[in-house]
Parts: sequence; C-alpha cells; structure tokens
Amino acid sequence: MENPLHHFELHPLIPLSLFGIDISINKAIVMMWIACGLVFLFFYVATQGRSLVPRRIQSMAEMAVEFLRALVLENMGPAGRKFFPFIATLFFFVLFANLLGLIPGAYTVTSQVIVTGFLAVLVYGISLVVGFALHGFHFLSILAPAGTPGWLMPLMVPIEIISQLARPVTLAVRLFANMTAGHIILIVLFSLMLTAPVYIGWMPFGFTVAIYGLELFVAFIQAYIFTILATVYLGDAIKLH
Amino acid sequence: MDSAAAALLGMGIAAAGFGGAAIGIGYIFGKMIEATARQPAAEAKVAKYMWIGFALVEAIALYGLVIAFIIMGMRG
Repeated sequence: MENPLHHFELHPLIPLSLFGIDISINKAIVMMWIACGLVFLFFYVATQGRSLVPRRIQSMAEMAVEFLRALVLENMGPAGRKFFPFIATLFFFVLFANLLGLIPGAYTVTSQVIVTGFLAVLVYGISLVVGFALHGFHFLSILAPAGTPGWLMPLMVPIEIISQLARPVTLAVRLFANMTAGHIILIVLFSLMLTAPVYIGWMPFGFTVAIYGLELFVAFIQAYIFTILATVYLGDAIKLH
Repeated sequence: MDSAAAALLGMGIAAAGFGGAAIGIGYIFGKMIEATARQPAAEAKVAKYMWIGFALVEAIALYGLVIAFIIMGMRG
C-alpha cells in the first residue's frame, strides 16, 4: 500500500528564491491562488445584474453574507461591523480551500499547519492589537475574570495566560488536523478497495463514498467553526467581558 | 524494548484518545434527541449548537492524531 502521507508532501514546481529565502511556487500556492480567484469569480458573477428577486447564485451569495453578518453582530456587537470584511474573507478563503481540496488530484491548502497557523496567529494578533488600542492597559484585565477574589489572583492569572496562549494553537491545529485526518481516511479506504478482490472491494468503496459526504460536511463546518471562534476572540477583545 | 517498537506503541496509544471523543459524540447526539423529544419546537436552535459541539469534540480526538504525527516525525 502507498504511504498515506505521501500526498501531503510539497515539491517546488518553479524554484524561486528571494534574498536567500525560498519562495518557490508549489502546489499549495497554486491552489491558494485558485481559491482566491474562485471567491472573486463567485462574487463577481453573483453581483452581475442584481435584481430585487434574486437569481439562484445571487441568493446564495446573499444568504452567505447575511449569515456571516448575523454571526458578527451576535458575537461582537455593533462595534464588530468594522471587522465584517476580515471575517467574511477568512470564512470564504477557508471554505473554498477546504472544498477545493476534495476534488481528486487537487491539494488541500488547509492541511498544511503553516497556513492554518498563520491564519490563527493573524486572528489572535488582531484581537490583541484591537484590545490594546480600545482599552489601553486596562485590556490586561482579560487575564482576571470579573469577580475573582484577590487571594485567588496568583492562581487565576497563570491559568488565564495559558488559556489565552492555547487559543491560536487550538484554532490552527483544529482545522489542520480535521483536514489531514479526513484525507488520510479517504486514502486508506480507497487503497483498501484497490488492493482487495472485487467481491469484497465494494465495501471499502461504499465507505469511501460515505466518508466523502462527511468530508464535504466537515469542510463547511470547520470553516464555520474557524470563523465563529475568530469572532468570539475578537469580540472578547472588543467587549472585555 | 527497542525504541522503534516503543514509538509504534506510543502512536497506537495516542490513537486510543478517539475513545473519549466517541463517548463525547454519543453524549451530544443522545442529548440532542432527548432535547428534541421534550421540546420539538426547539429543534433548529438545538441542532445549531449540536453541530458546533460535534465539530469541537471531533477536533479533540484529532489532537491525538497530531501527537501520533509528532512521534512519527521524531522516529525519523
């Protein structure tokens, strides 16, 4: 059986280097360009010839945007309106990257921990910047939950620091591990079908189809979870309890 | 026991973390059914939180997979 991790390896397609830094173009970068292009194309087509009674694609785009706006308002309050473009970009990029990875032969960008890690650190960094910009040093009170008695502080503050530091790590690892595990399961089941004789091979093949359906669902739900957690973290920084 | 065998054992034990997630997912769906049976009107609202909870629990199982990857990377 082929090594199930083989397909996650990246090899440069066009070797490039800038001031000694390796910036080679590989499959993941091409897939990111395609994902960005598809998001742009989707909204370009959806907003062409807008009408009061929307066509199918326009109503799809409207539903997605309204859903995201409700999410932002619910978790960040009216002050979160400014962050709506960022949140929407995050959601559509992750969603399209997840979905594109499910096309056979394509590459899942979000199965690289460097991509999800960068997105998570970006979200967390923005929440820190926003927190300090809005509340100044009062923002450090996020490390002490409201109503904590003074003698508990030496215990609570380290715990809260750890839970804050765990936020970007779990945000990144959740998306990366879900995508990687899903694709490994698909590969393992499919190679089981290829190696088994036909009279038993239909069983893993059926499983592959079922798991593929689950992976489609997981692609949507993980993009949703990533976005909802990003709004919650930013909302914490804005509202400060 | 040589270190190759120990690494394989460690990866297997890391995978055993899926048991906890299995219990968690069972709980989530069981409670969802219970809640819907008591208050059928609330189904859509409860379903939203059920799927979020499902994704969070499933992700925790996959942290075990990440640990298995780390062991595999250290094995060389």
